[in-house]
Amino acid sequence: MNRRHVLKAAAAAVAGAWMLSSAGVASAADTIKIGILHSLSGTMAISETALKNTALMTIEEINAKGGVLGKKLEAVVVDPASNWPLFAEKARQLITQDKVAVVFGCWTSVSRKSVLPVFEELDSLLFYPVQYEGEELSQNVFYTGAAPNQQAIPAVEYLMSKDGGGAKRFVLLGTDYVYPRTTNKILRAFLKSKGVAEADIMEDYTPFGHSDYQTIIAKIKKFAGEGKKTAVISTINGDSNVPFYKELGNQGLKATDVPVVAFSVGEEELRGVDTKPLVGHLAAWNYFMSVKNAENTAFIKQYKAWAKANNLPNLDTVVTNDPMEATYVGIHMWKQAVEKAKSTDVDKVRKAMAGQTFKAPSGFVLKMDETNHHLHKPVMIGEVQGDGQFDVVWKTKGPIRAQPWSPFIPGNETKQKL
Amino acid sequence: MTSALGRLRALAVPLVLALMFLGSGQSAFAFDAEMVSGLLSEEASDKADAIEKIVASGDPTTLGLLAALRDGTLRVTPDKKLFIKERGVLKDAISGADLEAEPDESEKVTINNRLRSQVDSAIAGLRIFSKDAKERLVAAKAIEPSIDTLPMLSKALAAETDAKVREVLRLAEASAKLQSPDVAQQLAAIESLAASTDPKVRTQLQALTSPPSGTETPEAAKVRTAAVEAVAAIERRLAMYDIVGRLFTGVSLGSILLLVALGLAITYGLLGVINMAHGEMLMIGAYATYLTQQVFRSHFPDHIDWYLVCAVPVSFAIAAAIGMLLERTVIRWLYGRPLETLLATWGISLFLIQLVRQVFGAQNVEVANPSWMSGGIELTNLVLPYNRIVIIGFSAAVLLLVWLMLTRTRLGLFIRGVTQNRTMASCVGVPTGKVDLMAFGLGSGIGGLAGCALSQIGNVGPDLGQSYIIDSFMVVVLGGVGQLLGTVYAALGLGVVAKFLEPFIGAVPTKILILVLIIAFIQKRPQGLFALKGRSVES
Repeated sequence: MNRRHVLKAAAAAVAGAWMLSSAGVASAADTIKIGILHSLSGTMAISETALKNTALMTIEEINAKGGVLGKKLEAVVVDPASNWPLFAEKARQLITQDKVAVVFGCWTSVSRKSVLPVFEELDSLLFYPVQYEGEELSQNVFYTGAAPNQQAIPAVEYLMSKDGGGAKRFVLLGTDYVYPRTTNKILRAFLKSKGVAEADIMEDYTPFGHSDYQTIIAKIKKFAGEGKKTAVISTINGDSNVPFYKELGNQGLKATDVPVVAFSVGEEELRGVDTKPLVGHLAAWNYFMSVKNAENTAFIKQYKAWAKANNLPNLDTVVTNDPMEATYVGIHMWKQAVEKAKSTDVDKVRKAMAGQTFKAPSGFVLKMDETNHHLHKPVMIGEVQGDGQFDVVWKTKGPIRAQPWSPFIPGNETKQKL
Repeated sequence: MTSALGRLRALAVPLVLALMFLGSGQSAFAFDAEMVSGLLSEEASDKADAIEKIVASGDPTTLGLLAALRDGTLRVTPDKKLFIKERGVLKDAISGADLEAEPDESEKVTINNRLRSQVDSAIAGLRIFSKDAKERLVAAKAIEPSIDTLPMLSKALAAETDAKVREVLRLAEASAKLQSPDVAQQLAAIESLAASTDPKVRTQLQALTSPPSGTETPEAAKVRTAAVEAVAAIERRLAMYDIVGRLFTGVSLGSILLLVALGLAITYGLLGVINMAHGEMLMIGAYATYLTQQVFRSHFPDHIDWYLVCAVPVSFAIAAAIGMLLERTVIRWLYGRPLETLLATWGISLFLIQLVRQVFGAQNVEVANPSWMSGGIELTNLVLPYNRIVIIGFSAAVLLLVWLMLTRTRLGLFIRGVTQNRTMASCVGVPTGKVDLMAFGLGSGIGGLAGCALSQIGNVGPDLGQSYIIDSFMVVVLGGVGQLLGTVYAALGLGVVAKFLEPFIGAVPTKILILVLIIAFIQKRPQGLFALKGRSVES
């Protein structure tokens, strides 16, 4: 790490000296700088490292095809180290010192909330690639992940359907922070609107990094044993998923009895788990690696080749997942918008982003909404298979529009656009 | 491996049986391509209809197809031919004939949970008359008791010879009979169900306990009072199981706390080194387990189930070696300067985390439970997972070994001597430097063992140790520095208290409350539960 910093500093110094000596030639304009703001250390490194890799791969791909507006893209990678205030500092550094045209980054909602004032103050652009709880809309952010109506609500509707098992009681289980709490607030209101009684909903939270799920699983079993078909909706985030699923398998809670649908568990998270006892548990996303179409085949092949060329650790088991796809789509859409605007100017790009479309690896043509900065996305429900992949068992006919302000939270009716 | 063999055998027995019954192999297949065509539909309901048709044929040879459908080994070619691919062996799904070459293109026939339970009960229906008692047990549990399955259950019960399977079948038959219109049958069913501990049974019985709106016939009243009594009996039993379950989870958590804290109790308790890098010893132990697993996977795939046994000494040795290296290069220069030790070991901890992250990547690595550690002992509703039981036994064994080592060996004598009075021990010729080295190695090695155990229940990633370091310090401080017994009491006590609090107030408040309790306790009794007594200790 240190050596890299030293090298980077040295390179920057050399470049600076060279720029000074050739002042007036405007050599700095030969590349367009792009900021990448993902944790490469700390607790979130498990999820965010893959997004940094995807961003670098996509930038390489665009450069190989001639770049944008005749200029090459140059990635500026910083490491906010899963430290929320550091996210804000690094974002400021990217915008003011490195003068990047756009930033791709963040995973947890708390990191996004911490950089938001910086982007608004300096009027710069952030592309946020992860599903989140909604209740936010900023001029300076493009949300390429799912809003609650593009993930959580359809997943619960599926659980209540005949194919999903016709669940009548629900356990809302999550990590204790803003995303699960808000999502569960929305889901509770939604379930009530569907006639589910208060006594048929159990809500429980665990701290970040919780590793002992014995009691919780016992509680779920007890709750499920009181009659009526029960389903678990999990917003457990990060590392805790592994002990949770291991305990689930060992305590013999099968998907056919009590299905668990997760919103933060994808192919990457299941890499650390033996999934054989988990077959049939569900996840809701807008993309799965197992989706079959030409774009996805090419996307997976490209990422595997990139992993090999860059000698990533465990490269024979690399997987793609939903936030990676969202990062990929985001960078391509930004490129299209810049080409349409013929400039990287924030205002012009923002205007050009409205209505951009892109044929995504999910197999659908995704559109950036004209007014609300969210992508129209298809919703897919997948069942875990023995090999750590998901089989899609249900999906929407086409992409659906995001509702960042959930109609299930009172007072949101008037807030649908910017 | 064993489970795969079991499954193969499970498939073979009924197939062979079916062939014997039907004489010639060729004409044995009562189901055909027409019947299974629904499986190729996109719609789950079409697939459900197809499965129903296959089941209705009652043909035992469909078992292979159904099992393949459940296990995800049934594949379809673009021209709608079905075949089964299991462990590289290709078979036509309809005729069962061997295929020579795999078709160029094929797709898995996918099912969802609804179809999975349908297939499961179909397979159970076919296997309930199997020759293998184990198979019959699985099948008996899978059959959903209802008035429709009652004839099958009664028939199976009449033919059953195995006591365990009989018991399951008897209860299943009884709960099917609950729905019978005959009062005498209902009463008999309630009586036998009163001995059950299945919450599902309780729910069924509860449905009979609500008084009717109109007038009640004497028979109905009889049934109702019997049901009320039975529900009460079941609930009493469930409450008892609940307490047993909580005690078990508490002891299980305690045994893990004990394992992670035991190494620290030696380095901190006996040597007085505040070792912030102790968590990383756990992490190293877990990665050593992972590496052992990888070696077994690539070199001895037949013995993969036993990699864990081999991983135990490996993780101890690697962690102990790294611990001793640290002691020689860094920590020995800092004895007697707790603040510097704290900072230096914290730096080492960050260094080790980043090193592992560079080598193995930031992602967690997969450490699978050996098959003999998956699953658990089923006490009807309560499952005691094998991995937890093994860890409880393992930590007891480690504790015993450490205790024997400290009390029965020469090194143990030296360690105790140095702990009690370093100067005096040195004066009488104890090589204190060497004892420090060995003790530190021992503490780190036990950390490695704890990591090996943790790899079986949680994540193996670079940050593994971070989440346990606070807990282990808590245990050691609460138990009293310098005392193994205190560590044992503190670990088990914390585990059980946490697990009894958690169901009532939730996981987050439990954590907070426990910290508050410990702080209050330390205020009152700074030396912890047990303290060394003696004149030289406090100097």
